[in-house]
Amino acid sequence: MDYQQLFGLHPTKMRAIDVSAFYGSKIAIDSVTLDIPEKTVTAIIGPSGCGKSTFIRCLNRMHEVVPRARVSGKILLDGEDILVQDPVQIRRRVGMVFQRANPFPTMSIYDNVAAGLRLNGVRDQKILDERVLRSLKQAALWDEVKDELNSPGMRLSGGQQQRLCIARALAVEPEVLLMDEPCSALDPIATAKIEDLIYDLKKSYTLVVVTHNMQQAARVAEFTAFMYLGKLVEYDRTQKIFENPAEKLTENYITGRFG
Amino acid sequence: MKIHWNRDGRRHLINYAMSGAALACVIIALIPLGSILWTVIQKGGPILNYGFITGAEVAPCNANSQLNCQIGGIGPAVEGTFVMLGLASLIAIPVGIGAGIFLAEYGRGRVSRTISFLMDVMSGVPSIVVGLFVFTALFYYDIPNRLHIYNAYAGALALAVIMLPIVTRTAEEALRTVPNGIREAAWALGIPHHRAVRKIVLRSAGGSLITGALLAVARAGGETAPLLFTAAWSPFFINCPPGQSALSCLDNPVGALGPLIWIWGTSPYSNEISGAWGAALFFVLIMLAISVTARIILYRRNQRVGG
Repeated sequence: MDYQQLFGLHPTKMRAIDVSAFYGSKIAIDSVTLDIPEKTVTAIIGPSGCGKSTFIRCLNRMHEVVPRARVSGKILLDGEDILVQDPVQIRRRVGMVFQRANPFPTMSIYDNVAAGLRLNGVRDQKILDERVLRSLKQAALWDEVKDELNSPGMRLSGGQQQRLCIARALAVEPEVLLMDEPCSALDPIATAKIEDLIYDLKKSYTLVVVTHNMQQAARVAEFTAFMYLGKLVEYDRTQKIFENPAEKLTENYITGRFG
Repeated sequence: MKIHWNRDGRRHLINYAMSGAALACVIIALIPLGSILWTVIQKGGPILNYGFITGAEVAPCNANSQLNCQIGGIGPAVEGTFVMLGLASLIAIPVGIGAGIFLAEYGRGRVSRTISFLMDVMSGVPSIVVGLFVFTALFYYDIPNRLHIYNAYAGALALAVIMLPIVTRTAEEALRTVPNGIREAAWALGIPHHRAVRKIVLRSAGGSLITGALLAVARAGGETAPLLFTAAWSPFFINCPPGQSALSCLDNPVGALGPLIWIWGTSPYSNEISGAWGAALFFVLIMLAISVTARIILYRRNQRVGG
C-alpha cells in the first residue's frame, strides 16, 4: 500500500515491517506491516485476542517484558529500528496508557505526574512544576485537581485516574503515545472526556489507540487498522473502513456479524 | 424456637450440633492462651515494674529462710535480648528483603520457586539445630581463637538465621502483591527496572515489608534454643569500660530473656522462681506488642488498598 498517498500531509512516524510476536511458541501477531502517521490518531480495532494490544506493546517494547515473549521483524521510529536499541530509551519516546488506570499507589497527584521526570533524573523544581502544570492541563485534569495536588492519586475517580495516567505519560514528553483500550473500564461520561482529550492531543502527539469499541474508533481516529487472528486485514482512512471497506471480513466485523 | 421432628427438624438439629462442636473446638484452642496469660499475669504481675525490667540481678536467696531476700532485676537479660535482636535485624532484614526482591522481581520461574522452597525448608529447621550449626561453624572458622566461644555476635548470628527465611518469604509475598500494572506503568515511562523497584514497587509494598520484618523479630526474639550454644548466659550487664570499643564489649557471653527464664525457672531459690514469672510476663508482653504492631500495620495497609 502506498502510505504516503493515504496519509496525505502526515509524514510517517513509525513503521512496522513484517512484525511477528510470540508468547513462547504461540504466535500472537503474524507479519504485520503498518505505517503510523505523525500527529494524528490511528485506531486499531478487532475482536478480543486478535493481537491488537500485543501489536502496540511491540511499538514501545513492552511486549518483551512478558516472560518468554519475543518479537521479530523491524519497527522503525523516525527511520531507526527500535528493536536494536535500548528499550528504556525507546519507552521515553513512546509512552503508553493502559487499559486499567494504574497510578502509583503511594504517590500524590503531583508526584505521579512528576514520577517519570524525577526517576529519570530531573531535579529542578521549576521544571517539574512547569511540566506537571502543563501535563495536567493537557490531560484536562488541572481544573479538577489544582487544589489537591498533594492528595493521593488513588483518591481520584476512575476516569480522573485514567487522565492522571495520561498526564503522567505526557510529562516525559513522548513523541508517540500508545493507548491500550484507555476507556474500557470507564463510564460513558468519563469516556467522552478521554475522547475529547485524544482529539486535542493529536495536535502535538502521534497517537495509536487500541479499542474494541468501533464507534470510538470512528469518533477519534483519522486512520483505522482492522486486525483479525493476529493478521492485519485492512488499513485505511477511518471513513473508508466504516463506510466502504475493501475486505469482506472487515465489513462483517463492522456490521457486527462477529466479534 | 420450636423443633419439628421431621427431616427438617433433624437437619436443624445436626446444624446446631455441628456449630456447637465447632464452637467447642474454638474454646479448647483458646484455653492455652487464656491460661498462659492468666498464669503469667497472676504470678508475674505483682513484681513487674520499671525497676525489675531495668535492674541488675541479685544473688539467689530463699525468702523463707533468709531476711531481706530481694528479687532483683532482669536488666541484663533484657539488654542482651534487645542487643542481639538489633544485631540480628541489621543482618537479616536487609539481606532478607534483598533476597525477596530477587525472588519477586528478577528470579521469576524455576530458580525463584526452588529458592522459595529452600527458604521454607530453612524456616522449618529446628532452632536448636541452628544454634548448634552456628556454634560449630564458629569453631570451623577458628573464631574461638580470636573471640570468646560464647558471645553476643554468635547469638545474633543464630537469631539472624532464624529470621532470614521469614523476612525473605514475607518480602517476596509483599512484592508479589504489588500489581504488575504498577511495574508496567513505570517501565512505560522509561524508568529502569532497578529504579522502579526501589522507588515505586518497594514503597507500594512498604507496610507489608515492615510487617514481615516485625514478625521475624517477634519469632526470633521468642527463641531460646539457638542462644544456648551461642550467647550462652551471663547474669551481668554488658561491660564496656571506657577506652574499649563497643564492638569488643559484645565479644562476651550475654544474657537473654529465654535462657534466663529457663535457668531461673529451674532454680531452687525462691527469688529466682518469682523472677522467672516476672520475666515471662514481660517477655510475653514484648513479643505480643511486636506481633500486634505488625498486624495493625498490615491491617491499615489493607484498608488503604481496599478503599
